[in-house]
Amino acid sequence: MKVLVAVKRVIDFNVKVRVKADKTGVETANVKMSMNPFDEIGVEEAIRLKEAGIATEIIAVSLGVAQCQETIRTALAMGADRGILVQSDAELQPLAVAKLLKAIVEKEKPELCILGKQAIDDDCNQTGQMLAALLGWAQGTFASKVKREGDRLLVTREVDGGLETVKLKLPAVVTTDLRLNEPRYASLPNIMKAKKKPIETLTPEQLGVDVAPRLVTLKVEEPPKRQGGRKVASVAELVDKLRNEARVI
Amino acid sequence: MTTYKAPLRDYRFVLEELFDGAALARLPGYEEATADTIRAVLEEGARLCEEVLFPLNRPGDEEGCAYENGVVRTPKGFKEAYRTFCAGGWTALACDPAYGGQGLPHTVNFCLEEMISSTNLSFGMYPGLSHGAYRALLLHGSDEQKQRYLPRLVDGSWSGTMCLTEPHCGTDLGLIRTRAEPAEGAYKISGTKIFISAGEHDLTENILHLVLARLPDAPAGTRGISLFLVPKFLPGADGGIGARNGVRCGSIEHKMGIKASATCVMNFDEATGFLVGKPHGGMRAMFSMMNSARLGVALQGLGLGETAYQSARAYAAERLQGRSLSGPKAKDKPADPLIVHPDIRRMLLIMKAQNEAARALAAWIGIHIDIAEKHPDPAEREAAEDLVALMTPILKSQFTDGGFAVANLGVQIMGGHGYIREQGMEQLVRDARITQIYEGANGIQALDLVGRKLPMHNGRLLRRFFHPAERFIAAHKDDPALQEFVLPFAKAFGKLQQATVLVAQRGMRDPEEAGAAASDYLRLFALTAFAFMWARMATVSLPKLGGDEAWFYKGKLATARFFMNRMLPETSSLLTIISAGAKPLMALEAEAF
Repeated sequence: MKVLVAVKRVIDFNVKVRVKADKTGVETANVKMSMNPFDEIGVEEAIRLKEAGIATEIIAVSLGVAQCQETIRTALAMGADRGILVQSDAELQPLAVAKLLKAIVEKEKPELCILGKQAIDDDCNQTGQMLAALLGWAQGTFASKVKREGDRLLVTREVDGGLETVKLKLPAVVTTDLRLNEPRYASLPNIMKAKKKPIETLTPEQLGVDVAPRLVTLKVEEPPKRQGGRKVASVAELVDKLRNEARVI
Repeated sequence: MTTYKAPLRDYRFVLEELFDGAALARLPGYEEATADTIRAVLEEGARLCEEVLFPLNRPGDEEGCAYENGVVRTPKGFKEAYRTFCAGGWTALACDPAYGGQGLPHTVNFCLEEMISSTNLSFGMYPGLSHGAYRALLLHGSDEQKQRYLPRLVDGSWSGTMCLTEPHCGTDLGLIRTRAEPAEGAYKISGTKIFISAGEHDLTENILHLVLARLPDAPAGTRGISLFLVPKFLPGADGGIGARNGVRCGSIEHKMGIKASATCVMNFDEATGFLVGKPHGGMRAMFSMMNSARLGVALQGLGLGETAYQSARAYAAERLQGRSLSGPKAKDKPADPLIVHPDIRRMLLIMKAQNEAARALAAWIGIHIDIAEKHPDPAEREAAEDLVALMTPILKSQFTDGGFAVANLGVQIMGGHGYIREQGMEQLVRDARITQIYEGANGIQALDLVGRKLPMHNGRLLRRFFHPAERFIAAHKDDPALQEFVLPFAKAFGKLQQATVLVAQRGMRDPEEAGAAASDYLRLFALTAFAFMWARMATVSLPKLGGDEAWFYKGKLATARFFMNRMLPETSSLLTIISAGAKPLMALEAEAF
């Protein structure tokens, strides 16, 4: 089974993100970029499927600026077999990404697409679902366990009340949650090998996808600073403040 | 709390901008060591050090190693970390592909060694000693020994040690008493070795001891010492482990620092040993491993200094104490952060200037080790080898004295919080202290420089530093923008030349004069080498002030100015001290002390 894994280049989770002075977005110049941690879990899961003899080939796909190559290389160093970069300097929103991935799926014909449940930069949590809908495939989101059973995939999902297990018909889209696995460190031999693995570069035009943004960002602001706490004299005062000031009850 | 992020930007600066790191990939055998490969390797190595080794550093110090009935247990988590380290292939980085190595340049390994030392010096001792054993066997072992043992050392499944010191002899190895008796095609080794790092532990299934001992017919002194390989378990027929050999750990030391590194007393009781190299050729064999080990220790000093600097910098930026002398800077806060105060800045800048100069110098020497090993032209190889030999004692002393001083400043900046164990800063001081002692105490390094390296080949080694320094000064001294860097360097270089003549002339008449000048001369040399590095770093940084990363190059230039104006002047007093000669030092009768 061929597996396609989407990997996004995002600001490293260790970096303290700063809002740009003109509030159009966040500062990305001179900021360390890494693979979205949920996508790393996706790559790891694909490698485990390959080690278990279920997956035959792993293709890592990234979409965005030329430097996304580095993110693909990271996936290759972990153990993916080859990469595809859809290069574009445009802002790629989830719908555009889903459409691009669909075009690649039609070209590569994988049986399984693994995506992170969300990217830690925009926290959209949409791309996997959109991709499944566009392809008309089954979807198992927020996966904390993936198991193959014949031509079905058992996906345990983390839902509000606990765990839910769904049985998916293949081909399918799976999005990863935090507890699915612990990604490995790339080994030195694999880092060296990754340099020789092929990365194909495509453009949205070649794939016939219009990536023009459908959403407009009005402004980006830092979350409000936390106010200091206050002591209340009585329960009555607390209830009053919760009701009338905080308006939470 | 200590904090650490690998200085990846600075590695890129020294390997790609300051020096022609691309030259590495032009050396035969290093074709794959391109800049982007080196970047990828260092990034992943950094992750491993930051995420796996660093969190174990303080708990490892608290728990230490445990000894019971000849068995040594490393602190919790070390085994798993070692497994991860080996599984990633990191033990194989700079090893020969013929034995399963990755064949990357030593320069890259230098960066990894620094990161390991920054995050967990104790942990680094185990693979570090194995690498020393690997080198000794690679250079002096028989083909059969290499085939049998090297792949195990390269993949980390077996580890190695260096067994030199005995209870009555450390620096003076001529006094060694451990005996080797020929027996059945091998030797029976008997004696006691002390201070053996990684002598016994639970990380690997086998341990290969490289032991200095005397054959029955051995001449006295260092000319009568041979090198033997004594495995903890003799190799079995299938290449795995066989019978237990007669070598046992008698106890472990309770030390000031590197507490998670097992420092063992090793008792050899007619243990089976195999001769490595020629009979009585042990010192030569051991020194080929010692020299690379000395550079490894230099990098330990740098590594600890880097963690001390980063931690102190973070503390100074956050801790609010007092107001700036020039008026409040953080007006919305009850006080200003420590970093506004001149004396705090003085300490931070000493730390930064020391670390970054050391990193540049290490890279310069690392590249020359690679040239010495791989360059097709024998003249280039010889020149590179000369420079490495000359600079090895300087790096060992300067980086470890510097690392200790820097860690100490880290404690000073954090005040009482630096002194208590919970914050981790005092551990860096304790860990750094040994680096000034082992692999040849720093005083011995100074003697090596003055007594062996300076006179060697009629001063040829010295010229390998002097000539590039002269060329650099000649090329840049008339550039007005660079004068503030080049002129102080040229002045220090002049003092170094003066001191060199003085030491050589006086030392010729009276060796005690050379001995009395050695440590100060080494320090003068080291500061001049640092000035060379800072002048070169300034030259590279000046044209880049307009770009995206101006913050980085501004930092380099400001630090270069600090070094030239506030650290390099020490060379003047060093020259004065050297000029004073041995007399004030030797006059006092021993009984009067």
